[in-house]
Amino acid sequence: MPKIESSFLDISRLDALASQRTLIHGLDPRAKIVTTLIFIFIVVSFPKHEVTALVPFTLYPVVLIALANLPPGYLFQKVLLAAPFAFFVGIFNPLLDSEVLIHLGPVGISGGWVSFASIMLRFGLTVGAALVLVATTGMNGIGAGLEKLGAPNSFAVQLTFLYRYLFVLTDEAARMVRARSLRSFGIKGTEVKVFGYMIGHLLLRTMDRAQRIHQAMLCRGFTGELRLPVPLKFSWRDMGFLAGWSSLFILMRLVNIPQWMGLLVTEVLG
Amino acid sequence: MHMADALISPAVGGLMWAATAGLTVYSARKVKEELDDRKVPLMGVLGAFIFAAQMINFTIPATGSSGHLGGGMILAILLGPYAAFLTMASILTVQALFFADGGLLALGCNIFNLGFFPCFVAYPFIFRNIVGAGANARRILTGSMISAILALQMGALGVVLETFFSGISELPFSTFLLVMQPIHLAIGIVEGMATAAVVTFVWKARPEVMELAAAPEPLTRVSLKPVLVGLLAVAFITAGVLSWFASASPDGLEWSMARTSGKEELEAPEHGLHALLAAAQKATAFLPDYGFKEQEQDKVVPREPAAKVQEVESWPSVNGGTSVSGIVGAMLTLAMAGLIGFGLRRYQQRA
Amino acid sequence: MSHHIVEVKDLHYTYPDGTAALGGVGFRITHGESVALIGANGAGKSTLLLHLNGCLIPEAGTVRMGDFPLTKKTLPHVRQTVGMVFQDPDDQLFMPTVYDDVAFGPLNLGLPPDEIEDRVMEALATVGAAHLRNRPPYRLSGGEKRAVAIASVLSMGPSILIMDEPSSNLDPKARRQLIHLLKSFEHTMIIATHDLDMVLDVCGRTMILKGGHIAADGPTEEILQNEPLLHACSLEKPLRLQGCPVCNPVRA
Repeated sequence: MPKIESSFLDISRLDALASQRTLIHGLDPRAKIVTTLIFIFIVVSFPKHEVTALVPFTLYPVVLIALANLPPGYLFQKVLLAAPFAFFVGIFNPLLDSEVLIHLGPVGISGGWVSFASIMLRFGLTVGAALVLVATTGMNGIGAGLEKLGAPNSFAVQLTFLYRYLFVLTDEAARMVRARSLRSFGIKGTEVKVFGYMIGHLLLRTMDRAQRIHQAMLCRGFTGELRLPVPLKFSWRDMGFLAGWSSLFILMRLVNIPQWMGLLVTEVLG
Repeated sequence: MHMADALISPAVGGLMWAATAGLTVYSARKVKEELDDRKVPLMGVLGAFIFAAQMINFTIPATGSSGHLGGGMILAILLGPYAAFLTMASILTVQALFFADGGLLALGCNIFNLGFFPCFVAYPFIFRNIVGAGANARRILTGSMISAILALQMGALGVVLETFFSGISELPFSTFLLVMQPIHLAIGIVEGMATAAVVTFVWKARPEVMELAAAPEPLTRVSLKPVLVGLLAVAFITAGVLSWFASASPDGLEWSMARTSGKEELEAPEHGLHALLAAAQKATAFLPDYGFKEQEQDKVVPREPAAKVQEVESWPSVNGGTSVSGIVGAMLTLAMAGLIGFGLRRYQQRA
Repeated sequence: MSHHIVEVKDLHYTYPDGTAALGGVGFRITHGESVALIGANGAGKSTLLLHLNGCLIPEAGTVRMGDFPLTKKTLPHVRQTVGMVFQDPDDQLFMPTVYDDVAFGPLNLGLPPDEIEDRVMEALATVGAAHLRNRPPYRLSGGEKRAVAIASVLSMGPSILIMDEPSSNLDPKARRQLIHLLKSFEHTMIIATHDLDMVLDVCGRTMILKGGHIAADGPTEEILQNEPLLHACSLEKPLRLQGCPVCNPVRA
């Protein structure tokens, strides 16, 4: 329970971050959505034993975090929280692939560890980019952007409604859990049957609420189509953001910058 | 279980995105055709409900652990397949964005695994056949259990296939399958119990609610089209990815380049993206052991003993000679990225 | 100005599960009147309100809002004439931001963009919430939510306002502000509430609903002084009309 309540607080926190006003927040959601997708696509396009060439990609989240005034520690923590699945699948790589791939003097590093490192790096980059997208754009911006990018209206509307009532319903559920635990006198756990009653009640209340919302919509002339009125303007600045970052990503995909710099340094030192 | 961006290849991610986008558009059109504008707020609020419901846990009998409501099945039962699919898609989108569950490229996979199977397979072909017109408590229990279990089994199989075809994880197909399916059998039983408990309650308290989903489309007319679309997409992926694997596993970018330029790079080195690449490579050729160049050398003259030829081919750009400089460079890049960030932050705060 | 009139004749309604909610309700409210609808829980207040804006269609009897008898055909007109403020602002404020929510009605009316902007800003200014325009509804306080919910209805330019428990869940200051706001309206108003002290301030006329029937209908001062009547309807005299408990202790 505390875990879920805190993850709900996370939504509020990300939401608050998204309502800031910075250069990045002011960009058109479409520019940020598309750039994020290109970023993720290029990051996952690297072969599985690539580690060094992925490192320069940290530039994108880092720059956006700085410009958009986001708390890096907090975002990092969120990334770690989401790690288990990638970690547990990835951790098999070192066990299954023990062919030594890199020699660092006397120490040999197996291909499995290299690909594991690559998986974790990809994970951090992709998840980080997604979080930065939310924290700079907000759910409503993303919904409007997706609709303008061609997602069906009902999907965008659905996203907006879900997000709006997330706050109301998690509150309701939290009250319910509290009320139950206050009367359970230390007995841990809930029977499936009691669980069914609780969720069932919550569900019926939710459906009643949906009916009232529908009435409130009808009262104000709702006819079935819901227009999301967020006005979006794709300006030159948005174009610049999208084009600039995309070309940088492609460059970083083609040129292994760390390798290049490392050689320069080791050669000079050598 | 959510697929993660870190484990999928662009090919798998992209194709599953396409499949899911198609299904979303199709479902949106279907929902619109139903002309039931009550569903507009209902879908959204039920989506939020699934989140809220996951705050309430129950104790799994005979074990110490706890379970909660999954989502797909109960939504399909309450909303019908199309609206439920859209709702599930939006739930997973919010999860991917706010809880970093899965990631954005893997979103297509996740919506497919957790939305398509319960809404378009388990609900119409299993749940409704079992519960049918004459609902009673026992049928609801059986129907919820079987459909939840099967939906999750199919979803888990989806995760295994997507992981396998992506080729990032080293887990052999059979091992991963043998791990995932039993785990999801357990999860499926738990979810079946939870679904049955809630559906039974709702059915007793307000039977008309369940008819909301059942009403617009008679059982016999549940369309096979989305199922076909979905399965076709999977077949396409399987075929596409398998053939890609068979062709001496070139890396992802080369594959997508071959696709976008419509040519195999080796056949037409003078044209298209490859030419561009080659030019870029020449321009940077003063750097020894540069990745792409080396990769091609590798293909011709494997440096490692011949026994592992295949692996060497799929491991470009990392070898003993370059690794030290690679690590040094990576550290430097990281430090530079950090410095840039720090500088920008200072600038931002002053502005 | 006949379009500010509300006329209900012999209205019946039974819920699908068989519960009779209204058993022959009738009244007539004329232009500019401010009427309180009071009664115990379950007396049928909410059901009656749902009939007045066409969320429920009369089973038997008629509802006339302004120039139109309420039927499926006249529904759009009726809904434009009647502004309904729901009890829980969370049900009413469903759009992403305050501005979008207040603009929802005008947008559905198909008004030109400039007109929408004007109406939204005017409605927000009326309730004193212009500064909240870009906020999402879940970041508002209870009083702010209520104010915005009222603005979202005002922007439609209704001539009749219907409110369900407008003062519930408000802190004393927000409640007082609401009362000032309601008193400033020139609309025909019907307010369903348990807040009898607010009724004293805002409404000149009061109707008591009991078991699906109108039990009393008359000037507020008279009805709220009639202790036997209030008692019979599970109500009680407004606190302000009860003697001071300190200087004038109530006899047990």
